Amino acid sequence: MSKPKFQKRTIFLFAYIVFALVPIYWMVNMSFKTNQEIVASFSLFPQHFTWDNYHTILTDPSWYSGYINSLIYVSMNMVITLTVSLPAAYAFSRYSFLGDKHVFFWLLTNRMTPPAVFLLPFFQLYTTVGLMDTHLAVALAHLLFSVPLAVWILEGFMSGIPREIDETAYIDGYTFPRFFLTIFLPLIKAGVGVAAFFCFMFSWVELLLARTLTSVNAKPIVATMTRTVSASGMDWATLAAAGVLTIVPGAIVIWFVRNYIAKGFAMGRV
Amino acid sequence: MARITLDLAHAYRPNPQQDSDYALLPLKMEFADGGAYALLGPSGCGKTTMLNIMSGLLVPSTGTVLFDGRDVTRATPQERNIAQVFQFPVIYDTMTVAENLAFPLRNRKVPQAQIDKRVGEIAEMLEMSGQLNQRAANLAADAKQKISLGRGLVRPDVSAVLFDEPLTVIDPHLKWQLRRKLKQIHRELKLTLIYVTHDQVEALTFAEQVVVMTRGRAVQVGSADALFERPSHTFVGNFIGSPGMNFLQAKVSDGALLVADLRLPLLRALPDGELKLGVRPEYVRLAQPQDTGALPCLVTKLQDVGTHVMLTATVLGQAVKAKLATDAALPAIGDIAWLQVLGTHTCFYKNEEIVA
Amino acid sequence: MSMTTKPVNQKAWFLILPVLICVAFSAIVPLMTVVNYSVQDIISPERRVFVGTEWFVAVMRDEELHAALLRQLTFSLSVLAVELPLGILLALSMPADGWKASVVLVIVSLSLLIPWNVVGTIWQIFGRSDIGLLGATLQWLGIDYSYTGNAAHAWLTVLVMDVWHWTPLVALLGYAGLRSIPDAYYQAARIDGASKFAVFRYIQLPKMRGVLMIGVLLRFMDSFMIYTEPFVLTGGGPGNATTFLSQFLTQKAVGQFDLGPAAAFSLIYFLIILLLCFILYNWMQRVGTQEKEGGQ
Repeated sequence: MSKPKFQKRTIFLFAYIVFALVPIYWMVNMSFKTNQEIVASFSLFPQHFTWDNYHTILTDPSWYSGYINSLIYVSMNMVITLTVSLPAAYAFSRYSFLGDKHVFFWLLTNRMTPPAVFLLPFFQLYTTVGLMDTHLAVALAHLLFSVPLAVWILEGFMSGIPREIDETAYIDGYTFPRFFLTIFLPLIKAGVGVAAFFCFMFSWVELLLARTLTSVNAKPIVATMTRTVSASGMDWATLAAAGVLTIVPGAIVIWFVRNYIAKGFAMGRV
Repeated sequence: MARITLDLAHAYRPNPQQDSDYALLPLKMEFADGGAYALLGPSGCGKTTMLNIMSGLLVPSTGTVLFDGRDVTRATPQERNIAQVFQFPVIYDTMTVAENLAFPLRNRKVPQAQIDKRVGEIAEMLEMSGQLNQRAANLAADAKQKISLGRGLVRPDVSAVLFDEPLTVIDPHLKWQLRRKLKQIHRELKLTLIYVTHDQVEALTFAEQVVVMTRGRAVQVGSADALFERPSHTFVGNFIGSPGMNFLQAKVSDGALLVADLRLPLLRALPDGELKLGVRPEYVRLAQPQDTGALPCLVTKLQDVGTHVMLTATVLGQAVKAKLATDAALPAIGDIAWLQVLGTHTCFYKNEEIVA
Repeated sequence: MSMTTKPVNQKAWFLILPVLICVAFSAIVPLMTVVNYSVQDIISPERRVFVGTEWFVAVMRDEELHAALLRQLTFSLSVLAVELPLGILLALSMPADGWKASVVLVIVSLSLLIPWNVVGTIWQIFGRSDIGLLGATLQWLGIDYSYTGNAAHAWLTVLVMDVWHWTPLVALLGYAGLRSIPDAYYQAARIDGASKFAVFRYIQLPKMRGVLMIGVLLRFMDSFMIYTEPFVLTGGGPGNATTFLSQFLTQKAVGQFDLGPAAAFSLIYFLIILLLCFILYNWMQRVGTQEKEGGQ
C-alpha cells in the first residue's frame, strides 16, 4: 500500500527524527570541543576540533575502567539470566504444575519493583554476604528485573514451537539436555536474541542499584560520570565524550537485533 | 456487470529482454459480461498478477484494461467498482455482520433505509440473515468468507467479482457448499465472476470458461470439455485430468508415423518432423496384438481404484497409463499388453503446440 | 502463558528452581527486610521497638507524601497523554520495510538504550542557556528559560525529556502491531471505498490496541517509578517541584535515615505498583488468547 507520499506523515517522521537526534548531536558536538571553547563560545560545530576528550577517557583508567566494569556486570547478568531462565521458560511453556500461574505472575511483579524500594535492603544484604563493590553484586541485583523479563520473552517464543518436535525427539531417543541444546535452542534463537537484548538494555541503563552496590572496584561508568566537577569547574567536555561512548554499545546491539525487535515487541513482552 | 477486455503485458523490469523478465507475457483476452471464468495454473504462473491488474491493485507495465470499452488501466479499484475476495477472510473485526456488509454503502453515503434493505437481501442470499447482529470476529472462517463476498455483492452496480483462491482456508467439507453458493449467486445475479485457483476441480466445476496459465502465459481458454478433449498445449494436457495426458515421442517422415519404433498409419494430415503424440488415459484401450495403432507395452503396475483400474506400462522407456474398466480382461504385471493409442481423441503436438 | 492444555508434571518445579533461587535472593530477602523495618522504630542499631502499624498510619497522613504523590500522578498522567498519541503517530509514520525501515528503527530506538543518567545529562546540557542548544535558542527568542530556577520550566523540561526518552517504546509496540496487518486488509478497504481515517479506525487501531494497552500500562508504571533522569536533570528542584515518589522515598531512606517510615512507604508504593501489574497481567492474557483464537 505504498504510493510515494510527501505528506504529513513523512514530514512528521522527519520532524521526529530531528527531535530524537538533535540532543544527541549536541552532546557529540560538545565532546569534540575543549572546556574552554565550550564555556567561552557557542557554536554548532567545534571550532577547534579535538579528540582530547576521547583520548582522556580511553587512557585514564578511572574513566575507561568504568566502561569495562559496566560491560562486565552486564555480560555476567546476561549469562546468568539466560542460563537460569531457559529451563524455567521451558517449564512454563510445556507443562502445567501446581502454582504455575501464580509463580509466573509473581515473577512479573518483580520486573515492576521500584528499585528505590530495595535500595537499603540490598545495601545491607550485599554487605552482609561480603559482595559489596563487586561486579557479581550488580549482576545479581539486576537479576531482579532481567530474569522475569527473560522468562517472559522466552516463554512466548517457546510456545510458538509445536510440542510435536519435543515428542519426536524423545521418541528418537534424545535425552533432555541433548534435545534442548541441539534441537530446541536453534529453533528459538530469535527469542534468545530478543531476551539477551532486553537484558542488556535494562542492565546497561540502570543507575540506582549499580551505584549503590559499588564504590571503587566495580564502579560502573554511570557512576563515574557523576563525578566530573573539579577545581576548574564542571568538566563538560569529558562528560560529553563519556556520554557519547555509552551510547555506542547500545547502538551496536540495536543494529544486530533490529530484525527481531519488532517480533519481540509484537508479543508485548517488554 | 461489465465486459472486461485485456490487451497488455506486465514485466518486472522497465526493459524486458526475455520471457523470464515478464510476469505476464503479452496477451489479449476478453471476459464476457456475466460470464464465470477461472484462471487456473500452478503457483507463480501469473494468475494473481492478472487478477490484480483487473481489479486495479496493480497497473500493467504496458497495455490497457477496458471495462465495457472504457479505459480503466489507471483507475482505482473503487473507480472500477469491482469486488475482490481474498485468500483469507478480510472483515472488520470491530463491526457486526450487518455493519460489515453495510460498510461500502455507507462510504458512498447511500441513505440508511436503502442500506438496510440491500444488506437484508444479500444476507438472505448468503443464508446469513440470522447472524446479522453478531460480531463478525467471532464467526467461523467460511462465514467470514461469505461476509467478504457479501461486501462485494452489496453494491448493486458492482462490475465484476474477483476471487483470489478464496477457499484456501475453508474446511474441505464446507468447500463444496460455498462453491454451490457461488454458482447460485452467479445464476441469480448474472455477475461477471473471475476466479483464481490452482485446483483444477474447483476451476472446472465453477467456471464456464477456464484460462489455463503457466509462467506468465495464458496457454488456453476454453470450456472444461475443450480443455479435456483438445488441449492446445502439452502443459494443458498434462495439468488437466488426473492423471494427465500421456505423451509419446513420434516422428513423421516419408508419409509414415513412427512411434516407439513402430510404423503406425497416418490417419490425418500431419507435418513432418519430431512430434509428440498425446492421448488421455481415459481413451487408451486394450487391443489385440498387431492391431493397427496399438503398441506393445510392458505392464509395470496395476492399481484397482474401485471405479476403474489404472494400468501403468512402458514402451521403449516411455510410460503409458490407461484407465480401464474393472471388468475388463486385465493383463498381469510383466505381460506385454497391446494398447491402442491412436483414435479420434488423440492429439499431436509440435513444439508443445497442437497441430492436429 | 499458553492456554492450550499442557500435561501436568510436578517435576517441572526442578526446572524453575534456579530462577526461584535467584529471584528469591534478589527479591524476597530484601522484601522481608523492608517489611521488618516497616514495623519497627529503629532508634539505634541496637535499640529497636516494635510499633506495628504506626509507621503506615504516619506515612498515610504525611503531608509531604501527599504532595509528592500528587506530583507523581500529575507527571505520570501528563506523560501518558503526550506519549500515547505521539507514539501512535510515530508508529504510523515509520516505513514498513526496506533499508529505510531498518535505519529509522535504529534511530528511533536509540533513546531507549542510553543509560538513564546520560539521558539526564544530555538534557541537563541541552537546556542550559550558556552551553546548551535549547537553552541558548530559547534565550535568543527572548524567553527567560531556566529549568533550575523556574518550577514550571523544570516541569516542562522533565516532561519533554521523558517524552524524548520513552515515546519510542510506545511507537515500537504500535509498529509491531501494525506490521502484523496483512496487505489484503488495506486492499479490501480501498475497494470498499474507505477513507484514510476509516482505515485507521477500523483496521489499524483495533490491531494495535492489544499491544498499545500494554504500552500504556508499562509507561504508567515505569513513570510512576522514575528516579534517575529527573534527579540528574533538576535534582528534584527547584525546591521540591520535581521531586517525584522514588526520589522522595530515597531521600527519606538514605538521606534522613528514617528507616521505619521509609520502609512503610516502600511497601505502600510497592503495593500500588502491584495492583497495576495485576491489571497488566490479566490484560496480556486476554490479548494473548485473542491473538491465538480470532486473529488472521
